[in-house]
Amino acid sequence: MFVPCGESVPDLAGYTFLMPAVSVGNVGQLAMDLIISTLNMCKIGYFYTDCLVPMVGNNPYATAEENSTELSINAEIYALPSKKLVALQLRSIFIKYKSKPFCEKLLSWVKSSNCAKVIVLSSSHSYHRNDLQLRSTPFRYLLTPCVQKSVQTKIMSLNWEEMEKSPCIPEIDDSEFCIRIPGGGITKTLYDEGCSFVPYQRSVLKNVPCALLLLSRVFCMYLLGLTQCCVSLLFPFQSACRLLKSPVITVALYVVLPSVLSVFAS
Amino acid sequence: MRRAGTSRSGRDAGAGTMAATFFGEVVKAPCRAGTEDEEEEEEEGKRETAEDREVRRQLARKREVRLFRRQTKTSLEVSLLEKYPCSKFIIAIGNNAVAFLSSFVMSSGVWEEVGCANLWNEWCRTTDTTHLSPAEAFCVFYHLKSSPSVVLCQCSCYVAEDQQYQWLEKVFGSCARKNMQVTILTCRHVTDYKTSESTSSLHSPFLKALKTQNFKEPPCCSLLEQPNIVHDLPAAVLSYCQVWRIPAVLYLCYTDVMKLDLITVEAFKPILSSRSLKGLVKNIPQSTEILKKLMTTNEIQSNIYT
Repeated sequence: MFVPCGESVPDLAGYTFLMPAVSVGNVGQLAMDLIISTLNMCKIGYFYTDCLVPMVGNNPYATAEENSTELSINAEIYALPSKKLVALQLRSIFIKYKSKPFCEKLLSWVKSSNCAKVIVLSSSHSYHRNDLQLRSTPFRYLLTPCVQKSVQTKIMSLNWEEMEKSPCIPEIDDSEFCIRIPGGGITKTLYDEGCSFVPYQRSVLKNVPCALLLLSRVFCMYLLGLTQCCVSLLFPFQSACRLLKSPVITVALYVVLPSVLSVFAS
Repeated sequence: MRRAGTSRSGRDAGAGTMAATFFGEVVKAPCRAGTEDEEEEEEEGKRETAEDREVRRQLARKREVRLFRRQTKTSLEVSLLEKYPCSKFIIAIGNNAVAFLSSFVMSSGVWEEVGCANLWNEWCRTTDTTHLSPAEAFCVFYHLKSSPSVVLCQCSCYVAEDQQYQWLEKVFGSCARKNMQVTILTCRHVTDYKTSESTSSLHSPFLKALKTQNFKEPPCCSLLEQPNIVHDLPAAVLSYCQVWRIPAVLYLCYTDVMKLDLITVEAFKPILSSRSLKGLVKNIPQSTEILKKLMTTNEIQSNIYT
């Protein structure tokens, strides 16, 4: 449930809701850290839930001694009223069997808050790319049906590529094709929930406008028995630097992020 | 601020998350995002039969956290702090923190047991909490007879991540209790401490603190620096306090000896001057003697020849 920091519940009607999926390389979460710290978003509350493993630590976005001692927990909500942007940051993994209930509770809250759109930042295993994908940029998007019309033109002008369908069962030749996001955590669940359309019933999850951005298909390097994910990020801020484990700088996310915000946060 | 999960084969049964080691053997590699579990859960959900669901329900029932009074053998119908409202809640998690509170706080007053948590998980298989031996893991609640608004919890058992929220509900309840202060004591291994300083300059055991926004008094030691984080029950309690705006402080002792150790326990001594414990500790030299005795008893018990 959402618990505000202050006494009153903020009005999020018409806001764009930005969130990460806990996915391979933690790309979505790292991107969220960059967004929150770059835009200097302020914390407006917590998403208190039994679905995530508890964790606490001091403020990861500290810029001075004064704000370095603010406690942070595993799921926090930040806002930037000037851009009508609200962001959820997730800092731990799901407890077993709790990922689907989390998606339902979260989307239910997003709907009841009257947010206009949801943007999910995610990632997927790069070794699942086919030959065509290997030759193109490591960035894909997916839109739920109700978002498509409003942003299609802008997306086309940015030359983004839509996520391709792949065989549901790769081992079988004539398998049906579907959207698969290996290593994407709850991304697929959020996409399916966002797409769900119940024609003659009132459903709180009906047609949640959802855009999923697979920001970086992470290039996996096999090193000393560990799958080392090289996260492609440009990070000008010290707080974000500290959070990265294997920094390899590319332009992809740095170029993409402003585009993301201009398309969806207007 | 991230945790890795263990790798499973999931949907990609052919490829899996395999990696080659330096020596050429192929092993399953863990994924830092812990996402393979999600894919496996999805598959399991689709294949689940009524029998599987029943097994899962029974396991969930077995893992339920129950609070009860050992004296009357009755369960608590409401949360512990609803039944015993308190202004001070002090909790020790782990054997060293428990030994500290036993020697310095509990020996200085008369404490009455008000509840006991019964929980089962892979690490804590306590089934019968009515006849606990001192060596067994336990989670017991006491209040000070002379001032019943001071409640203390001695928790030496591991509360698993799927039980932590339940534990909080059974102890704190779902309503925020604003007029109380919470103090949490626990230990972590010094190898968990991340710092840019040289490890030779670290003199363990040492104390670090984390506090909620509403905790206004200065802590008894320096605050835990980024990027260090805390997990498990201490994190669950502190998160609850932060969300519901309860003043709370966590004192974390980083030590290289996780088993019961005199030096580690004594590292908590700076907390004796804090407002939470002031007035609760009467005779420090006597308490130190009690602590030494506790260590000796424990050493005999842990002798490999006995």
